[in-house]
Amino acid sequence: MRTKPGMKRRGTRLWSSSVVVGLLLSATACGGGAADDGKVELSYRIWDKNQMPAMQRIIEKFQATHPKVHITIQLTANQEYWTKLQADATGGSAPDVFWMNGPHAQLYAANGMLLPLSDSITSGRVKPANYPEALTRIYSYQGTQYGIPKDFDTVGLWYNKKLFDAAKLAYPDDTWTWQNVADAARKLTDPSKGEYGILAPPFNQENYYDTIFQAGGQVISPDGKSSGYDQPATLSGLRFWTDLMKAGVSPSLKSMTDTYPTQLFESGKIGMYYGGSWNAIEFAKNDVTKNDVDVTVLPKGAKRAVVIHGLANVVYAKTKHPKEATQFAEFLGSKDAADIQAQTGAVIPAFTGTQEAWITSMPQFHLRAFTDQLAYAVPFPGSKNTDAWQSKEAAIFGPAWSGTKDITAAAQEMATAMNAALREEQ
Amino acid sequence: MVTPMTIGLMIFYLWPVAQTFFYSFTKSGPFGGHTWIGTANYRALLDEPSVGQAVANTLLYTIIQLAGIPLAVLLAALLNQRGLRGRSVYRTLYFLPVVTMPVAVAMLWRWMYNGDYGLVNQLLSVIGVQGAHWASDPSVALYALAAIGIWMALGYNMVIFLAGLQGIPATYYEAAAIDGAGPARTFFRITVPLLSPSIFFATVLTVINSLQMFDLAYMMMSTPGSAAGTANPALPRVRTISYLFYQKAFVEHDLGFGAAVAFVLLAFILVMTILQFRLQRRWVHYA
Repeated sequence: MRTKPGMKRRGTRLWSSSVVVGLLLSATACGGGAADDGKVELSYRIWDKNQMPAMQRIIEKFQATHPKVHITIQLTANQEYWTKLQADATGGSAPDVFWMNGPHAQLYAANGMLLPLSDSITSGRVKPANYPEALTRIYSYQGTQYGIPKDFDTVGLWYNKKLFDAAKLAYPDDTWTWQNVADAARKLTDPSKGEYGILAPPFNQENYYDTIFQAGGQVISPDGKSSGYDQPATLSGLRFWTDLMKAGVSPSLKSMTDTYPTQLFESGKIGMYYGGSWNAIEFAKNDVTKNDVDVTVLPKGAKRAVVIHGLANVVYAKTKHPKEATQFAEFLGSKDAADIQAQTGAVIPAFTGTQEAWITSMPQFHLRAFTDQLAYAVPFPGSKNTDAWQSKEAAIFGPAWSGTKDITAAAQEMATAMNAALREEQ
Repeated sequence: MVTPMTIGLMIFYLWPVAQTFFYSFTKSGPFGGHTWIGTANYRALLDEPSVGQAVANTLLYTIIQLAGIPLAVLLAALLNQRGLRGRSVYRTLYFLPVVTMPVAVAMLWRWMYNGDYGLVNQLLSVIGVQGAHWASDPSVALYALAAIGIWMALGYNMVIFLAGLQGIPATYYEAAAIDGAGPARTFFRITVPLLSPSIFFATVLTVINSLQMFDLAYMMMSTPGSAAGTANPALPRVRTISYLFYQKAFVEHDLGFGAAVAFVLLAFILVMTILQFRLQRRWVHYA
């Protein structure tokens, strides 16, 4: 790569012309924001292709009453959604309105990336009472609301009726406790036939978060500053699962890593599965599960509890059109928008009273179990940098689930790691 | 004509390298903004047990990858035999994994490696062997991953060696035949030494590629529903340096620490490559 003396001038000219081209390109890229006829261009970023038609219909309905606003959907694949959003928000070019989830809510709110929606609430255009209280709380940070709930999911006890019949056991119902689960799991297990009583993977939302709350424990302290993993109640919520693993009534952790638990349940050889409301649509299509399985509320521990998680629509703090973007976010949280979502069956809309369409969409399953549990639902735990500690859970708990480490030691290790991560946040 | 390329190199390679080096001494906020913290990231790196394990994993993976080179030489020599029919068919077949997306390859192998329903264990059960959970057992997962790596690189190395073999004058082989040398002797005394520049080239590339191993490992470890494959019990024994970098920088949002990890990797590759260029004088013959 040596440069001949005579080439220097040409090089300089090329250099400067490429700068000019670059500037021109960036100028056109930024020019899309405000057209001169008063039209407002908004972007709305989502990650689920299946929900795109419903979102498009909501947009059309909104545009009908707001003729000057034009909204474009940006569909980003789930795996790269957060990486891309973070890069865009850092560069100041995030979409005007976008989907937010629980683990990332405080990260974006605390760093001033989200527009406060206090006005929408004080003016009465958005009523928090219209959404499950635990869900609204996920998107509130230091007393300010930053997101309007879009949809939600809870966890239920899915069970295989055929296997229960074969073992002459009564189906699980709302009287069940942890003890019933352990007993039934033992009776349903028959390794020679490859049949197991339950799936006990180390998943947080579907498994141990629920039992931790049922045991009266906590994952994170209410002030968000310390871990709850060193509390005895939390430990007993974890131990519920490691005891099941130890008893050999669940497939091994390796099996559940190689084949996703949902698929194992769909093979028809598993008695019980703590699965989400989101599994219903898939189970309704599968040949084994469409007739053989049903669902009920989660069994009781020291008390009743279930984790609730759901998405919210949020507005970017640096949007060029805060007024129109907020109006659109409000509309996304309205009953009209919820009704459109309910018809698709893909998610349970968050707006209270619109869930009936979803519940009746698959009559073969007792889907009401998922909404019945709202009365005692606990928000999905999160902090300012949820990923920093949550991503460590599986790695630390894995050995306890495989039986190579005691769960007491693992919980202590997790508490230490989590407290260190939480200190970093402050 | 060199200048535009140099500019491109500066803007897209050297400048980011300099920035990364700077960031490795900072603590950055999740949305930009950073504070200078000196060598704290590097000191934390020494304290973190996962770093040492990642370095060990990466080195072991690289060493196993090198075993693929003799295999490729052998295959190339076999394909180079005079009068072999369908040579281009073989060449295409062996080259196919090279041009297939690593993500697709990893997904396919994950299915084959499935401990309960996978093809590999089905085949093993025919000869009465109970196979492992190849992609989730901590004691075998790295070897299973390395096997895919070798399979993927085989075609590339083979094509390089085929080209090298075709550059060896036939007269050497004729002379060896007249002197009464057998096929094995010919291979080790004529083919290998005259192929050594190609072997050296392939070795350097293999080491650099293996040290940067990310996509295959990431895809093989990933499970739906868990960030960056952390739910896989085999992850601690498979996580490479690049994987650790990804996890720290993009999952845990610790960009400064991630930058420090990236620099450790760069230093590693530099040292390894310099070492190889030093050692080549002893065994590479430029005819």
